[in-house]
Amino acid sequence: MEVTATWYLVLSAVLFSMGFVGLLVRRNPLIMFMCIELMLNAVNISFVAFSNALDDIAGRTAVFFVLVVAAAEVVVGLSLVVALMRRRPSLSVDDLTSLRG
Amino acid sequence: MLDIAWLIPAFPLLGFVLLVLFGRRLGEPFAGWLATIASAGAFVSTVVVFFGLAALDTAERFHLVKLFTWIDVGSFTVDAGLLVDPLSITMCLFITGVGTLIHLYSVGYMHGDPNFSKFFIYLNLFILSMLLLVLGDNLLLTFLGWEGVGACSYLLISFWFSDESNASAGKKAFVTNRIGDFGYMLATFLVFVELGSINYDDIVSRAGELGSRSATLIVVLFLLAAAGKSAQLPLFVWLPDAMAGPTPVSALIHAATMVTSGVFLLTRLNPILAEAEVWSTGLVAWVGALTALFAATIAVAQNDIKRVLAYSTVSQLGYLFLAVGVGGYVPAIFHMVTHAFFKALLFLGSGSVIHGLHQEQDMRRMGGLSKLMPITAMTFIVGWLAIAGVPPFSGFWSKDEILLYAWNYDGLGGPAGGKVLWAIGLVTALLTAFYMTRQVILTFFGRTRFFDVRAEEIAAAWEARFATLDLSIAEANEVEEHALSAVEKARNEVSKREEALAKAEEKLVAAREAVAASDASADAHVKLVKALERAEGAVPKAEEAVLKAEEKLIALVGEVEEAAVYGKELQTARVDLRNSRRATPMPPSQVTARTEAPVLDDDLSEYVPESYHRRQEYHPHESPWTMTLPLIVLALLAAAGGGLNLPFTSELHFLEHWLEPSLFGHEVHVTASASTKWILAVVAVLVGLIAIVASFRVYMAGAVDPARVEPEGAARAWYVDETYAGFFGGPGRALFDGLAGFDRGVIDGAVRAVARGTVALAQGMRALQPGFVRSYALGIGLGSVLVMVWFMGRLFV
Amino acid sequence: MVDVIVFGVSAAIILGGALGVIINSHPVRAALSLVASFFGVAVLFVQQQAHFLAVVQVVVYAGAIVVLFLFVIMLLGVDSVDNIADEPLAGQRVTALLLGGMLLALILGGLFLSGPGLDTDGALALTGQSSQTAAVNQLDESQSDIDLLADDLFTRNLLSFEATALLLTIATVGAVVLVRNRGGEDLAVDEPGSAKR
Repeated sequence: MEVTATWYLVLSAVLFSMGFVGLLVRRNPLIMFMCIELMLNAVNISFVAFSNALDDIAGRTAVFFVLVVAAAEVVVGLSLVVALMRRRPSLSVDDLTSLRG
Repeated sequence: MLDIAWLIPAFPLLGFVLLVLFGRRLGEPFAGWLATIASAGAFVSTVVVFFGLAALDTAERFHLVKLFTWIDVGSFTVDAGLLVDPLSITMCLFITGVGTLIHLYSVGYMHGDPNFSKFFIYLNLFILSMLLLVLGDNLLLTFLGWEGVGACSYLLISFWFSDESNASAGKKAFVTNRIGDFGYMLATFLVFVELGSINYDDIVSRAGELGSRSATLIVVLFLLAAAGKSAQLPLFVWLPDAMAGPTPVSALIHAATMVTSGVFLLTRLNPILAEAEVWSTGLVAWVGALTALFAATIAVAQNDIKRVLAYSTVSQLGYLFLAVGVGGYVPAIFHMVTHAFFKALLFLGSGSVIHGLHQEQDMRRMGGLSKLMPITAMTFIVGWLAIAGVPPFSGFWSKDEILLYAWNYDGLGGPAGGKVLWAIGLVTALLTAFYMTRQVILTFFGRTRFFDVRAEEIAAAWEARFATLDLSIAEANEVEEHALSAVEKARNEVSKREEALAKAEEKLVAAREAVAASDASADAHVKLVKALERAEGAVPKAEEAVLKAEEKLIALVGEVEEAAVYGKELQTARVDLRNSRRATPMPPSQVTARTEAPVLDDDLSEYVPESYHRRQEYHPHESPWTMTLPLIVLALLAAAGGGLNLPFTSELHFLEHWLEPSLFGHEVHVTASASTKWILAVVAVLVGLIAIVASFRVYMAGAVDPARVEPEGAARAWYVDETYAGFFGGPGRALFDGLAGFDRGVIDGAVRAVARGTVALAQGMRALQPGFVRSYALGIGLGSVLVMVWFMGRLFV
Repeated sequence: MVDVIVFGVSAAIILGGALGVIINSHPVRAALSLVASFFGVAVLFVQQQAHFLAVVQVVVYAGAIVVLFLFVIMLLGVDSVDNIADEPLAGQRVTALLLGGMLLALILGGLFLSGPGLDTDGALALTGQSSQTAAVNQLDESQSDIDLLADDLFTRNLLSFEATALLLTIATVGAVVLVRNRGGEDLAVDEPGSAKR
């Protein structure tokens, strides 16, 4: 038995879906960010797998960029969380309903 | 030399920009000087261009200076370019020349105005627009200037906009001109449709391609435009109201330059006029002739010094239209130039008078100013002689030319039509000489009526006197009432005292009886005797009191009677006063008070309102040199302007030769013989002299009551304004209301329905926005699943 | 065979960590589960010869980002525990699970039903490339992972690289601006319906 690209892709799909479900069911913004990180990691796995399968470095470059963007996103996202939490001592995104129509 | 033509509009543009940026900081008088220098710069560059043009051969005097491509849409190209030819340079010369003088004059006239620099911003913008109008090499650029001068005219008429009537005069001018502009635009469209170009260059060279029908339509539409801008029938109503603006504006815009742009336009388009059917140019001539006559009749009965000149301007512009209509472009331009000189002079002179008399504009309150303002008077008289057509002043030469061309006309109605036009022109000349003489006499000769007590002041004095009398009557009545109540009180007092007396007497009688009945030896007897003595003492006291009260009563009754008599006297005095007021003739109108001042009774004089006394302290004075210098220069020009085009020999037709390249041989040739010309000239002079003499008889010698030569209808401008107002207020109003209803119901309704629909839709959509972040995330997830489903569908189907 | 074992163990750690993130009510525990998951991913990168990425994964993700998370958790109160028994939004969980399942099914369906197979050709078909030669920059086993990546990054993707640099700067400035205390009032917790003016 040999580990082929498909294995990684299946793993990536499962991880992505788990992150997706987690994002939808958790109310703590920090956990929601973590779930987003999980989804990004799932994509990274598939990028590397494709890169190997296609013998092309481009996939790995993409992973590099995803990393950078994820770092930026976490910085901004967490500072948003801190700014919000400082004024509103609650840890549930369900309380942020200013956009209600 | 000709390529510096762009400098001509550049100077006022520069002045305008500088004044907009720094005008307020420069303040008075430097902003005015800057504007004057900008205008003078334009004049100097015009002179340079003029010499450059004069140095060229006649055939080459049609020079285009392209600045840049302005509009380029499909086959429609408009360059912003300047057309330098004798016509435009002639216009430029007097626009910038007269304009500079009026700038200089305004520095003095606008002295002390809080918006001093703003005024000069507008003036420079006006000069710029006017130069664009005449220099533009296509109809669109001319239209830009056309609208620019209209806007400046609006801004300057309502310059003192805090007064409601000034603001509405500006609006009236603007709206009336819009009607004409509509004609301008339609005509421009038509020219483009027919020729594919709106450049004067193409119009001139290809006017022959126009069918006579479309040429006629173009001419009629441009006539509408010109009638609006140049205040001809039926659109002249705005010009007299435009006098609400400062007087230099009236002189520059509403007499010398802007209002002539209609004539300029028709002259510029002479190749089209040549193609048009005869009746359309005849229409131009008839509109002009009728306007000239109509406005002249109104001018006879106006009392406002500027309104006379306004109607005179309308009338003179009518002459210009008459000249253009009969094919006399050279006389038209000639008279335009001389008119610019003498009408600007007259306006500036009237401005000087108004300035000297502290904003008094009513001629009935002037008179005798020749001693107080000698320079103004002298120059005004030159202007009067020029406009009245007295040789050798400029107006005579140009007006005579127009009449000659009218006589010569044989288009619409054949030679007889020309004779009728000539006759109308002659009557107008008569009226012109008459009303201008009237104006000069009323303003500068006779008695100085400025200090006279005015009818409304006398009326106010009477009112004040009655009010004082009524006050003392009321006081007397009060005193009487007071006294009456005192009498009443005194009566009560008397009756009270009498009662007391009666009681005292009763007591006395009782005491006597008691004493008589009692035993003299008893103790009680002594007491009773004492009481009797007391009672005896009390009675005379009571009697005394009664007497006193009665005396007082009598005195009070006397007072009441006195008061009643006084009141009655006052009442009688009031009735007498009323009768005497009825008997006193109202002070004669100031025109008839030519020789003697209206007298003011001594008893009345203390009641005259403050304005009268204040006026006695005014000193009508000659204006500063900034105002008199332009007057003198313009007076010289008005006197000698006829030299531009003397009729005696062909060499002396300077203007005619000069304008030749702009007219392309469309100028009509006068066929009348020399002797006819002499006779016509003599007739014109005689008519003018007769009018002057008649005017002197009426207004100087008082041979005829002026009221008889000033019909009420003429004073009210033959009810034109009322008729317009009646029409637009009545049937017009109903139409506009209907349109407004359509606008509100259908157009606004549609807009509102869309708005309501949007709101309703948004209300429905609100449900989709619960505000929960995770619901939105769910939405994104659903969306991505759907996208994937779609991909799968593409993959397998 | 070692590969399979390594893959199996890492996959178990990854998925277990992911599950831990989702179901842990305590944020600190969730963050630690996340670290486990990230390490598993790093192992998988190593298995695929992406050594540089594996190192970066550990340093940036498991290191910097998770530390940031923990830092924020500590800042906001380490003892707070989420209530995950309740779900205030009706049907949210069911729908989420349903959608997650559908997503997974669709991806796997795409993966297995898309075409030739599970090998390189299948991957090719899935990415839409015509053949292996179309690869822009081939992996060369003789060169190290980091050389190749650097070469690609600083030639073909230079503009994107500069753009990410800008992005990071903006993010840093943005974070400072957001967190800086402007002394504003504390906002009241939104009551349901308080948004209706």
